Amino acid sequence: MTAEDVLAGGRPEGAAEPVRPSDPVLEVSGLTVGFPSEDGMVQAVRGVDYSLRGGEVLGIVGESGSGKSVTSLAVMGLLPRTAKVSGSVRFRGRELIGMSEAELNKVRGRDISMIFQDPMTSLNPVYSVGYQIAEAVRAHHGVSKAAALDRAADLLELVRIPNPGQRLSAYPHELSGGMRQRVVIAIAMANDPDVIIADEPTTALDVTVQAQIMQSLQAAQAETGAAMVLITHDLGVIAGQADRVLVMYAGKPVEIGTAEDVFYTARMPYTFGLLGSLPRLDRPSERLTPIPGSPPSVVNMPPGCPFTPRCPLAIPLCDEREPELEPTTDAGHLAACHRSDELVGKSPGDVFTTGVADTEALAHFVEESEELA
Amino acid sequence: MSAPAVSKGGGGASGAEPILSARNLVKHFPVRSTGLIRRQVGVIHAVCDVSFELLEGETLGLVGESGCGKSTTARLVLNLIKATSGEVFYGGKDVTALSPKQLRTLRRDLQIVFQDPYASLDPRMPVNEIVAEPLRIHDMYDKGGRELVRDLLRTVGLKPEHGNRFPHEFSGGQRQRIGVARALALRPKVLVLDEPVSALDVSIQAGVLNLLDELQAELGLSYLFVSHDLSVVRHTADRIAVMYLGRIVETGPAADLFERPGHPYTQALISAIPLPDPRKERARERITVVGDLPSPADPPSGCRFRTRCPKFAAELTEDERRRCVDDIPELVGRGQGHPVACHYAEQKVLI
Repeated sequence: MTAEDVLAGGRPEGAAEPVRPSDPVLEVSGLTVGFPSEDGMVQAVRGVDYSLRGGEVLGIVGESGSGKSVTSLAVMGLLPRTAKVSGSVRFRGRELIGMSEAELNKVRGRDISMIFQDPMTSLNPVYSVGYQIAEAVRAHHGVSKAAALDRAADLLELVRIPNPGQRLSAYPHELSGGMRQRVVIAIAMANDPDVIIADEPTTALDVTVQAQIMQSLQAAQAETGAAMVLITHDLGVIAGQADRVLVMYAGKPVEIGTAEDVFYTARMPYTFGLLGSLPRLDRPSERLTPIPGSPPSVVNMPPGCPFTPRCPLAIPLCDEREPELEPTTDAGHLAACHRSDELVGKSPGDVFTTGVADTEALAHFVEESEELA
Repeated sequence: MSAPAVSKGGGGASGAEPILSARNLVKHFPVRSTGLIRRQVGVIHAVCDVSFELLEGETLGLVGESGCGKSTTARLVLNLIKATSGEVFYGGKDVTALSPKQLRTLRRDLQIVFQDPYASLDPRMPVNEIVAEPLRIHDMYDKGGRELVRDLLRTVGLKPEHGNRFPHEFSGGQRQRIGVARALALRPKVLVLDEPVSALDVSIQAGVLNLLDELQAELGLSYLFVSHDLSVVRHTADRIAVMYLGRIVETGPAADLFERPGHPYTQALISAIPLPDPRKERARERITVVGDLPSPADPPSGCRFRTRCPKFAAELTEDERRRCVDDIPELVGRGQGHPVACHYAEQKVLI
C-alpha cells in the first residue's frame, strides 16, 4: 500500500459522511473563554458564533488582545486547564467541547489541523522535518515509516519546497523562516483535514516570503478541499483570501459579512476606523483616520458597547446596553452597533477625525523654536 | 559650551537643499570564530556603497526586507555604528570623522526614534525624566526645561499630568509618542525614524503617522524613514530608496516609483503587498520571487538579486545573464525617469 492509496482510499470507518459544500463543517456558538486572575475574570472571548461551510475561507481580523487567537485555541481544545470554556463547538455535528483528550487527539490533525504563527516554536528542533511530517501521517494512518516518508516528500513538493527528497533529513534550524512555515503547512495538510485553522501564518515573515506562503496555503487548500479559518491582523491578506470576514473587538464579533460587505459597506464604526487607518499602496496618500484611545481591558468590563470610549458616534444608549449582532440591509451581513444604519454611504473620513497633535501646544513649541533660532 | 557649529540652513522653505548626504557608505561586520582566539573568519557585507541625499523638509523612505541593511544605514548616518568607509555630510562636516565631543553638539540636530517603544524607554525613569534627559545632557534643562517637557508631552498628544508615570503604565502607541517627544526635545533638524510604527496595531499606527506628519509640517523637519512596510512608506515618504542585500536598487519620487517601478525586486515587492480591497486584490498580476535572501556573508557576484530574480530566471538569454553575473549594475537613470540598478530595467505598471 503506497502513501497515496492511504489518502485516496477515503476515511477510515467511523468517520463522518462526506458533506455537501453548503453544509457547515464547523459550527461555533456562544463560545466564551475566561481566565481567572487576581484582578478578576479575564473575559478573553465573550460569545463568538460562526459557522464554516465546506471549502470556505473565513477571515478573522482584530487587533492584538481582541480574542481572535484564543477563540481558535478553544476550538482545538488547546487552552490550559485553568481556562473556563463554555458554549459549543461542533465539527460535523459532533460536540468538541468537553470531549476527552484521547478523542480530541483523533480529531486534531486529521479533521481539524492548525498552523501557528511562529514556525520556529511550532516545529521540534531535535527531529528532522521528514520525521515530523511522517509522524503526523502515522498518527492517524497505520502505514509503514517508509510509506509515510514518501508521503512527506510529496507534501513538501506540494508546498513548493525545492529538492523535497533531500530536505526530508534537514532539521528546522537549517531552513529559513519561510521554508519552516511551509513544513508546518505540509504537516497541517498531511491527513487531508476538513478544516485548517491558520493563526497569523505570515506575520513573522517578510512580504515576498509572505506571498510565497499564501500561495502554498492556497495550494494546500485546493489539494485537500478543506475549509479554512484565517486569523490575521492584516486586512490586505484578508481581502485577497477570505470569502467571509469576521471582525473581532474586545472578545466579541462586531461585524460579519462577505469580504465585499465588510470592505466596501462596513456598518460598524470600529471596522470603519480600521479601514481608514490603513496606509494604502494603490492611491496617493490621504489623511489616515486613527481610532483614538486604545483597546479596553477585558477584566471586569463595564456594561455597554466596549467600543464606546473610542467611538465618535457614541450616544448614551451605547454606555447602557451592548448591541447584539443584527442583520443590516443584507441578511448575511451582521453588525453590532446601535447606529449602524447611519453609516450607510459614509467614508471613514466622515466619521473619524484625523488630527492627533495638540495644535495649541504645537504652535507654542514652534514659536519658541523660532525665537531660539 | 560652544554654540552648535552648524549652519542654520536659511528658512527651509525651498526644500531643494540637501541637509544631509551620505556618500559611498560601506559597513562590514566581522564574523569571528568561537573559542579563545576569536579569529576573523568572514565578513558580513551589511551595507555596500550606499549614497543618498536627504533634502530639507522632506521625508526619504528607506525600504527593504529584513537583513537588507536599512537599519544599519540609519545608524551609520548618525555615527551610532562606525562606518567601514564612506562619508556622511551634515552642515558641511563629515559626521563619520568627528570626535565624540564634536558629535555630541551635532546630536542636537540629528535625533532618532527607535522601533520598539518597549525597549527604548528606561523602565525605571518617569516619563518627565525620559523627555528631560537630552536637555540635561546638553545643559539646557535649567532654562525652562520643566515647561518645555510639559509642552512636549502636550504636543505629542499626551497629558502633562501623566509625566510622573512610568513607561509600563502607557500603551504601545503612547510610548512611541514619548519616544518622539524625547527626540524633539533638543529641537532637531533631522529625525531618523527606524521602523517607528512596526510594533504597533494598525489603528494606533495611524495616530503616530499622522502625528509625525503634523510635526513635520509645523517644524519643517527632515525625516529619514526606515521601514519594511511599503504601504507606510508610500504614505509618508516624498522620495523612496529601495534596498536589497546592502545596496540601493532603485530610488525616486514616491509616486513615480510606485507607478513605474523599473527594478524586478521593486516590482516583486510592490506586487507582494496585499491591498485591503477585495476586488483590486483579486484582480492583480503577481510577480513572485523564488527562494530566500542569500547570506550577506557571501553575497552573489554582479547583481545581488540575480539568484531570486524572475527576469533572470525566465526572460534573459544565456548571454544576457552573463552580464548580471559579472557586472555590478550601477544605480543610474535607464529611461524610467529615476535611477535603477538593473542592466535590463523595464518599467511595469502594477497598481
